[in-house]
Amino acid sequence: MSEGEYLHVVTRDDISDTRRRFGRGIVWATGLLTLGVALLQFLDQNGAINFGFENWRPTLYAYCTWIVAFCWAQVLVHGEQGKRRLFIVPAAIFVVSMVVFPLIFALGIAFSDWNLSSPDGRQFNGLDNVRQMWGDPFYWNAMTNMVWYCLAIIVEYAIAFGLALLLNAQIRGRKFFRVAFLLPLMLSPVAVSWMIGKSMLEIRFGPISRLLRDLGWDNPSFFGSPEVARFWIMAMDAWTFIPFMMIMILAGLQAIPRELHEAAEVDGASSWRRFWEVTFPLMLPVSITAILIRIIFKLKLADIIINVTSGGPGGATDSVTSFIFREYRDRSNVGYGTLLAIAYLVIIVIVMTIVMKLAERWMRPRY
Amino acid sequence: MTDATQTQIFHDGDADKGFRAGWWTSRVLIYGILILWAIVCLFPIYWTITTSFKAAPDVMKGNIVPWVDYTPKWLGFRSLGLSPETIGSESTVREEFLKRFWNSAIVAVCSSLLALILGSMAAYGLSRFSYKFGFMKNGDILFFFLSQLILPPVVLALPFLVLYKEVALLDTRIGLILLYTLTVLPIVIWIMRDQFGSIPAELEEAAFVDGLSVWGAFLTIVMPIALPGMVAAFILSLVLTWNEYFFAALLTSTHANTLPVMVASQTGSQGISWWSMAALSFMAILPLIVIGILLERFIIKGMAAGAVK
Repeated sequence: MSEGEYLHVVTRDDISDTRRRFGRGIVWATGLLTLGVALLQFLDQNGAINFGFENWRPTLYAYCTWIVAFCWAQVLVHGEQGKRRLFIVPAAIFVVSMVVFPLIFALGIAFSDWNLSSPDGRQFNGLDNVRQMWGDPFYWNAMTNMVWYCLAIIVEYAIAFGLALLLNAQIRGRKFFRVAFLLPLMLSPVAVSWMIGKSMLEIRFGPISRLLRDLGWDNPSFFGSPEVARFWIMAMDAWTFIPFMMIMILAGLQAIPRELHEAAEVDGASSWRRFWEVTFPLMLPVSITAILIRIIFKLKLADIIINVTSGGPGGATDSVTSFIFREYRDRSNVGYGTLLAIAYLVIIVIVMTIVMKLAERWMRPRY
Repeated sequence: MTDATQTQIFHDGDADKGFRAGWWTSRVLIYGILILWAIVCLFPIYWTITTSFKAAPDVMKGNIVPWVDYTPKWLGFRSLGLSPETIGSESTVREEFLKRFWNSAIVAVCSSLLALILGSMAAYGLSRFSYKFGFMKNGDILFFFLSQLILPPVVLALPFLVLYKEVALLDTRIGLILLYTLTVLPIVIWIMRDQFGSIPAELEEAAFVDGLSVWGAFLTIVMPIALPGMVAAFILSLVLTWNEYFFAALLTSTHANTLPVMVASQTGSQGISWWSMAALSFMAILPLIVIGILLERFIIKGMAAGAVK
């Protein structure tokens, strides 16, 4: 990441020993306070002592004081250098405490049998969940669906590229078309699933079924057979996200210098060859970025499925996220659900690392 | 010399005629596709708006054009308590709706603001100073922040459900705000790093010579220049947080419900009248349609960041 230039400022700090000691002191003091409160609450919960804590809020508050003390101490101990650190320390602490801690906690939950509605509470059950996952046809079915959903991105990309090319051409009313094409992205997936999935695709009097009936399909059914249902979920998701890819590609197209096209034109290249040999190779880095981001968003796909088909018919449209959502909603099975989610995360991280490594190789110019 | 021969001199060659015909067909084709796609994009919105003014028979008949096919009525908005007749009187439905709307607005604005503050600070630090925390250098720190984007929400959802229950943050706005901030933070950092990278460092060097501190230069010199980028990042996070459904559905029940949860809970129940659902959906998407039309420039700028290096 060599973008931009670093500022090199040399400052001399006179930090007295007492100030430094004070800085370290408050970090340790608040840290110990947090641990102490946590320990007290832990004992209280196990019934060793009775303070009557209602929840873990006190620990949370103590942790907050530690965060403040830690940030303050950066300046106290490191002076000017600390002031620079203060730019990234808050965000870093925020992300670590919101992601890393819950993930560790999730690992604990994942290997236990924990049904929130049962009174037994949490019970460690080793690898039982893993075994159950291995034999769960619905989970692997949802995984295969995710592959299908991700493959649909190729079509989305082709449409988005075509639209971006059109918007980049010399047309009138470009502003109107840009706003119109952008609007689907602004709509919430939940509203979309009602607007299109429930209302326009209504079998009896939705406008799309009416149109299809006029075109000769007597009994249109949209969520009856697995393939068709999957297609409509893909279509709705594509409808909301094509603008996103389109805008990224459009920005890339506008950054290509005109001279290149003119040079190719002077050399007598037809517009078809001009596209494949000038525009498309130049757009490769932008395209790959857009597709990667799109894949990341696609992996989170759930809202539309939950609201339109809730996985049906027979799990044919389930994405992993919607499957786990129902696993929790219907069975409040926290332990098993968390294990499924973590397995999903591991698979995603492996696949994305491979894809990104490949993308890096493709993005390198070949001349 | 007659007139006929004179005009002959300026006639179009056969090649030019072919070119003109080709030009016309390509024009027709381009506008045809553009208009077709514009219809694909706009029709569902139009359908929702018109349906909210339809009565039952109009829905059954599939009437499309108001005033021609049917007479618009305030049915949908009356059921939300927002029609002209009901707006003055008490309405529990309206209160419910406004409460959800308000929740959504607060959560979206607060989390976007928080993400913007944390994110632009981090992005500025990463684009200007070189850090070293243990083995982590700037590139690694940036990757750490951006990699949060890959994390699927479902991984965090269940642990947070349990953790929030323990610290009594379940079904509170603050709990949602914290989580939403986390989800949009990588996007803000992505956009803002691009933004700060395009500002020359000489500006700050000049400011330091004039006696400003690091933070003084950031707040008074750099921030105003980066304002368009910040607006772009803010609006993009606003869109994402306003529309978020997954966490809201899991972590809220009665107090902190957001609008998408309300819409979703209505779709589940059978026999709900179309016009009221349409009105509700329309009200849920209205703020974003307005933002999309007015601030389209910023949204495009935000999404284009990082596309072009």
